[in-house]
This record gives sequence, C-alpha cells and structure tokens, in this order.
Amino acid sequence: MVRLVDRDRPSIAFMLDGAAATAQEGDTILTAVLTARDRLAEANGIDGPRAGFCQMGACQECWVIADGRPVRACGTLLAAGMRVTTDRHAARG
Amino acid sequence: MSERLEVDVAIVGGGLAGCSSALHLRRRDGAKPAVCLMEKGALGSQASGVNFGGVRQQGRDFAELPLAIRSRSIWSRLPELVGADCEFVASGHIKLARSEADVDELERYAEGAADRGLRLEMIGAGRIRDEYPWLGKNVRGASLAPEDGHANPRLVAPAFGRAARAAGADVREHTRVVEAARDGDRFTVRCAGGLEVSARFLVNAAGAWAGAIAAGFGERVPISTHAPNMLVTEPLPPLVTRSIGVCGGDVYLRQAARGNVVFGGGGEAWCDLALERSRPLTDLSARTIPKAIDIVPRLASALVIRSWSGIEGMMPDHLPVIGFSRTTPNLVHAFGFSGHGFQLGPVIGMIVDELIRDGASKSPLEPFDIGRFAAERRQLASADTNGG
Amino acid sequence: MAEPRIVVVGAGPAGIRAAEVLATHRLPLVLVDEAPKGGGQIYRRAPDAFRRPYAARYGFEADKAQALHDAIDRLAGRIDYRPSTLVWNVFDRHLDTVSDGRTGRIAFDVLVLATGAMDRVLPIPGWTLPGVYTLGGAQIALKSQGCAVGKRVVFAGTGPLLYLVAYQYAKAGASVAAVLDTSPAATKRRALAGLAASSGTLAKGLYYWAWLAARRIAVEEGVTDIGIVGDEAVRAVRYRRDATEKSIPCDAVGMGFGLKSETQLADLAGCEFSFDPPSRQWLPERNADGESSVPGVYVAGDGAGIGGADAAELWGERIGLAVAARCGRAPDAARIAAIDRGLASLARFRAAIDRAFPVPPPETWSDRDATILCRCESIRIGEAKAAVRDFALVEMNRLKAVTRIGMGRCQGRMCGLAAAELLARDTGQPLAAVGRLRGQPPVKPMPIPWTTEA
Repeated sequence: MVRLVDRDRPSIAFMLDGAAATAQEGDTILTAVLTARDRLAEANGIDGPRAGFCQMGACQECWVIADGRPVRACGTLLAAGMRVTTDRHAARG
Repeated sequence: MSERLEVDVAIVGGGLAGCSSALHLRRRDGAKPAVCLMEKGALGSQASGVNFGGVRQQGRDFAELPLAIRSRSIWSRLPELVGADCEFVASGHIKLARSEADVDELERYAEGAADRGLRLEMIGAGRIRDEYPWLGKNVRGASLAPEDGHANPRLVAPAFGRAARAAGADVREHTRVVEAARDGDRFTVRCAGGLEVSARFLVNAAGAWAGAIAAGFGERVPISTHAPNMLVTEPLPPLVTRSIGVCGGDVYLRQAARGNVVFGGGGEAWCDLALERSRPLTDLSARTIPKAIDIVPRLASALVIRSWSGIEGMMPDHLPVIGFSRTTPNLVHAFGFSGHGFQLGPVIGMIVDELIRDGASKSPLEPFDIGRFAAERRQLASADTNGG
Repeated sequence: MAEPRIVVVGAGPAGIRAAEVLATHRLPLVLVDEAPKGGGQIYRRAPDAFRRPYAARYGFEADKAQALHDAIDRLAGRIDYRPSTLVWNVFDRHLDTVSDGRTGRIAFDVLVLATGAMDRVLPIPGWTLPGVYTLGGAQIALKSQGCAVGKRVVFAGTGPLLYLVAYQYAKAGASVAAVLDTSPAATKRRALAGLAASSGTLAKGLYYWAWLAARRIAVEEGVTDIGIVGDEAVRAVRYRRDATEKSIPCDAVGMGFGLKSETQLADLAGCEFSFDPPSRQWLPERNADGESSVPGVYVAGDGAGIGGADAAELWGERIGLAVAARCGRAPDAARIAAIDRGLASLARFRAAIDRAFPVPPPETWSDRDATILCRCESIRIGEAKAAVRDFALVEMNRLKAVTRIGMGRCQGRMCGLAAAELLARDTGQPLAAVGRLRGQPPVKPMPIPWTTEA
C-alpha cells in the first residue's frame, strides 16, 4: 500500500515480527504492515502469502496477533507500542 | 407422479447404517437381493454426518465390543469397499485421565476389554510428559487404543451409498417415507412424491426417526434425541497426533488431515425432530472450549470457524437396537446408536445382510434386542400419548 | 405492557435511518455495529487522525455522508449504541456478540438486520496474489486510510463501483494504469434507457467515465480473459479486447463485479430465502414492510438485496416506521407511500444497472483449471470440476463436504457464488437448483476461549 493523502499524521512506533517499525496514527494494523512491506504473512504451509483482500472484515485473510490476541488487521487500529506478529501459527507455543 | 417398485429389501434411512446395509446386501455372494433405500434428505445428513468422526472401539459398553472389533477390520478396507479412504486414519485413540479416580477407571476398563479381545495400553504420567508434551498439565495418564482413529463423517455414508448404487442398489435421496406397513407377507413402503416400494424385508435404519417406523409395527420404544455440540477451528500446524477422549466424556477432540481441530462435548445442543432442525448452543460451546484448551493448551488463540449440531437417535441405555422385530416377521431394526454409531456403521450392514440371509448374525446381538423395551412398550402404548 | 426490545444490527445507511426513526418515536432500541464509527462501507468514516474534508473524501456524496454521520452522532447519546461489537450468531430471540474479546448476549423481540453487502468477486488467474484487493477494499484503503493499494493500479471487473473507485483514485493523485470493464459498451448503451429513472446517478457515472477519459486513463470495455500476472506479487494484468491480447504493468489490482448481500445473520435467524434471478443470489424474503418470514425480524438495505445507499436509507426509514406501527405508534401513511414510490423508482434504476453491468457468466472463467476458486482452502477450479464429475455432485452443501469449498474461515463469502455458478453450469442445472451454503455460528472466526462479559 502507498500513502497518498492525509500523509502527515503523527508517527507511531510499534513492533512488527520482533523488529522496530513505525507507522502513523490512524493506521489500521493492515495499513501499518503493508506500507512497510508487500505482504502480511509468508506462506506457512497452511495459507499462501497474503496481503489482505477486502479491507472490511469479510475475507478473513488478515488475521494477525496484536499484543498476544488474534485480531483482523484491517479492522484494528494500530496503537503505540503494539507488538504485531503476522505468522500466527509460528507464534503459537 | 407414481412409481411402483418390487424389491427384496426396502431400507428406510440413508445414514451410515442404511447405506452400509444396502452395500453389503448387494455384495453378497451368489444371488443378490434387489434393494431400494429411501432417504428423506441427503445421504448421511443427520447423525452419520454431524458426529465427531471418532472410529473408536475403546470406551464402548462391552456389549458393543464384538461388533466394534469386527467393524474395525472393515475400516481398513474402505478403499476397496467404497472406493475412498474417507480420510480414515488409524491415529490411535487416547482416553485421558484427569484424576487418580480416572486412572482407576481406565485400568478397570482395560482389563475387561482385554478379556474381550481389545488390547489397550496404559500410559503413565511420565510417558505423557515425554511422548505427548502438547497435552495439558491436568492429564495424569491415558489409555491408548493403537488401532482406533478417526475419519471424515461427511464422506462415509455418502461413499457407502455411492458404492451401493454402483453395486445395483436403488438409492433414493429426497424421498421421504410416509408409511411403512405389512402387506400380506410383504411390506409396502409409501413415499411422498408417489414412490411405492413393495419388499419382502424391511430394514428400519431411520435413525432418530426410527421410533415412528417401529411404532407403526406396534413396537414403541423409548427413543429420544441427542443433539451433539460440535466446533471446529481453522487449519492449524500438525499438533494432535491421536484422537482424544476423556474419562467423563465431557470433551473429545481430534485434528483432521487438513489441520482443523474438531472438538465437542458438554451435553445437549438444540434440535427439533419435527422441524428437522438443530443448532449448537453458545453456552455449551463456551463451557466446552476451556476443556479443550485444558487438554491441548496450544489451542488457545486458535480461531473457531464454525459450529454445528444434528439429530441423533438416543436409547435410554445408550445401546442401539439391532435385530429382528418382536412383532413382525422380516422386519430388521438398526437404529438408536446414541451418538456413537459411526465406527459401527460398516459392520451394521454386514449384520443386517446376515440377518436377512441366514436369520441370524455371526455377531452377538442379544444386548441390542428390541424386546428389552417390552415393559416400556406397554407403558408407551397405554399412555395414550403421541410420538415415538 | 413493556415496549418490545428492539435491536438493529448494522450502522450503515439502513441501520442508522431505522434507528433514527425508532428514536424519534421514543422507542428504546439497541444499535449494534461491528465498526468503531457508524456509516457503513460506502460512507465509511476514517479514524480521527485523518483530516481530509468531506468533499475530498466522499466527492459527490459528501452531503449524504455528512447527513448520515450527523444522524448517528446525534443518536449515539440517545440510544443504547454498541459500536465495535460483532454479532456472530442469532438464535432463540437473542444475539451472541463479541466486543473487544468479550462475548455477550442481547435479547430481542424485534430485530432489524442491516448487514449490508460486499463485492461480488470471481476467480481470475492470480487473484490471490498480494496486491489484489476488491474494489470496495481499494476504496476503503483510500477513503479511510488515505492509501492507494499500489503505486500503479489497474481496476478490473464491472459495475458502477469500478468507475467510481478509479475516479476517486485518480482524483486523489494515485496512478491508475487502466480501467477494464467486462461489460461491453453496447450493453451499457442498451440499458441506458432505463437509467434515466435516476438521472442524477447516471450523470455522475458519465462524469466519472468522462473525467478518466479526459486524463487519458485507459478505459476498456467488453474485455475478456482477465488474468493477474506475478510470482509473489502483482506484476501486470493481461486481458483480451476483441481479438487482441494486451498486458498492463502494475503492482496492484482492484477487482469486483458488483455487490452481493451479506445474509448470514438472516439465515441464522431462520428467515426463508428465495432465489433472486436478476442478482443471481439467494436473498431473505421480505414483504413491503421489510419483514422477513420470521415475525419480528426485518431485513433492511443491501443486506437483503442490492439497492444502493439511497435505497438503503429508504428501507431503514420504512422499516423504522413499520416497527413503530407494530409498537402501537400511529402509522405515517403518507411518508410510507412516498418511501415506497422512492424505492420503486430506485428498483427500476437498479434493474437497469444490473442489465448494464452483467456478471460475466461462468464460461468466461471456468476453464482455468489452475485458478484458485476457494481462497481460504486453496481449492482450484479444476479440483472442483473433477469432484463434481467423480462424485456426481448436484448440490452446494455436498460440494462443500467433498471438496472443502466454503469450509474455510470466510464461510464461502468469497467463493460461494462462483462455486454455485460452476456447479450449475457443469451439471446443466438452473442456478437456483443447486442450493446455497448455509451460515453457521460464529459467522466470522472467533479466537478461543470465549470470555463472557464481566
């Protein structure tokens, strides 16, 4: 995803798959991840590589772990300091 | 539009018992009986299709063990018999002990099972930790049935039905039986839509609706319904290597080949026999979920993607009704599997075939005799109430 | 006697207007919405940090969006409004909800389902690649996140939304490589006679088209054989126009073929469905009052049949008035009659839209055996066709059981309609005969355990 308008919102720091990252206030987790890289998660033997699809909570392809809880990335606002893990199944136990 | 058939055997019910019966009747050596099976909906759409999928000898009432042991050998031959493996996996089944009392119960059962030809293996706490590190800390031990496993219940009855059709059985879906009655020395089965089937033998494999059929022959039985409460997760990495049950039976769990974890338990969901509808219950699911997580902690944070129920026929002693009618010659009953008929399905058809051909079965059927409900039958008949 | 407990599910145009009418009649209600801010999808609001004025964000619909948002903002303090709350089950006159990880329950006597719609998608080669979004998804990315879905975007499919989103992207400064419409120009011209019924909307559509053409953004109509090319991300879109094969380099695609209703809750509520030939979808039946076959359950707006945002607002108001009358308030016959006239006029317009932008038939995509049909389970078109043959499948739920199509996380939202078209075509049956996938609770995945409200 490419930031196009309303681009100068305050910066937010968060953790993405263990690495420090920044995004902007008002970003959903999906936007935050996809403005940093071109996919949400790699193929993991269960799913193919995904990058969201519908942006409205219908396709169920954007599930991530945020601060230990599974959430839909497209419907969850990024919070400062949030720890986001995109490979949910590797994250498990 | 009316259609009249004359066959040797009419089967009411296209669940696994009925489809298995149709197949075995048509696989008989020598002269094969003409068979017509009538199913009111789609094959395997009720108990046969909604159950947990456990292919399990362990844990059964000892009366069922001879049948279960015999059925187990048929499961191995599914590809040859029905042309598909239906995702049957001999994963082994572990029944978990969550207390010392549970361990005692498992040991007592294992002794009795051994006497009856089912070999079970007790697993102590140390082995649980070493070999099943993914089991929760509350698991004190388990009993392993290495030959047990699981399969995909949505596939099995339809596979038997398809094979029965290929073997020459006339298998009718969306064909509701409205009346089955004695007609001289034959039976006449009338269906909605005009089909009328005349048969020498009648097999009552109508599941939760079998009571109505039996009542039509003066054989009321105290059948009730059971609605299982089932849930399934999204596909998960391989984790659960055995099919799992617990002492107490309040939760059961397995991981399918695709990775989804199927689990259930906890009591009665909702069903309505007359409306032919069923629904899982949220409260039940909410109580069962922590039990599943307790035995497989890594399920926490998995996504449950759907839940379901169905309508199963239930007998008060949780044993099925298998065998000849006590009132009517050439009427064979095979129903009331009380939520655990899936594993027995393949052998039921063999038994029905034996009964029809030889008048007796190789398997011991006395515990399943419909006559055991004689007292209830008199009560039900005299109570002047509806239903069956 | 106590007032009936009224619950409205969905705070889009239909739900907001229904709630507004009910509140005006002093009827207590609960308004539940999955989103944090009301508005639905077409009038979706951006998070607080976004500053673009309404005119920039909503274009010609800015006034309508403002009015709707003002309405929900006024209501929020006066009613029991539950945003960020997903309804995942309906049973026995209650809803099961989840909000911020906690499950809950809301009992109802009267239920208004205003669950809206999503894009109708079709399986085209490469559609599962990162960089491919629905048209609605591409629009949401811009409208409520200020983002374009890529540096160079191709929009493909058909329907009015195709032109609207392309226009919005180009107007906001995104690079739009092409707009590819499967509907031929001649088809649209033939349907234009009917479009005069709502000429404001027609004028807007023509404006978007002209605006794109003026900026030399390629608009191709009557395209076929659309395929998305790339190994791990979108690289290009290829297509055929007349006899010529073309390819357009790009890094993102917005695709969609009209809209389809989200009907899972209506299904779980026990509503009777019937097959709607124009939209090629099963829809919950409703009478003129918007009441379904289940007494006390009403189905409003796009969630019961695509009509567009204006029709959704009218349905919401219409149902609000019907429920008010049910609760003993004096019926407003004049307003009801006016709404009915408005709905009839919009329905004529909608029928013309359906004729102008037909959904491409399965023959245009069903021979691509390698294309993924079910995204959740990665089931390919060829596998589905083989299973239909090998198992003599004729019905959707048996197809689901055998192939796993529709057994994934989205419960068939993405693949269900296309799978039905494929099954019907391969078995020579009318589409209505193959049945439909049924909703099962939870209608969307739920992490476990289910913690109840404290």
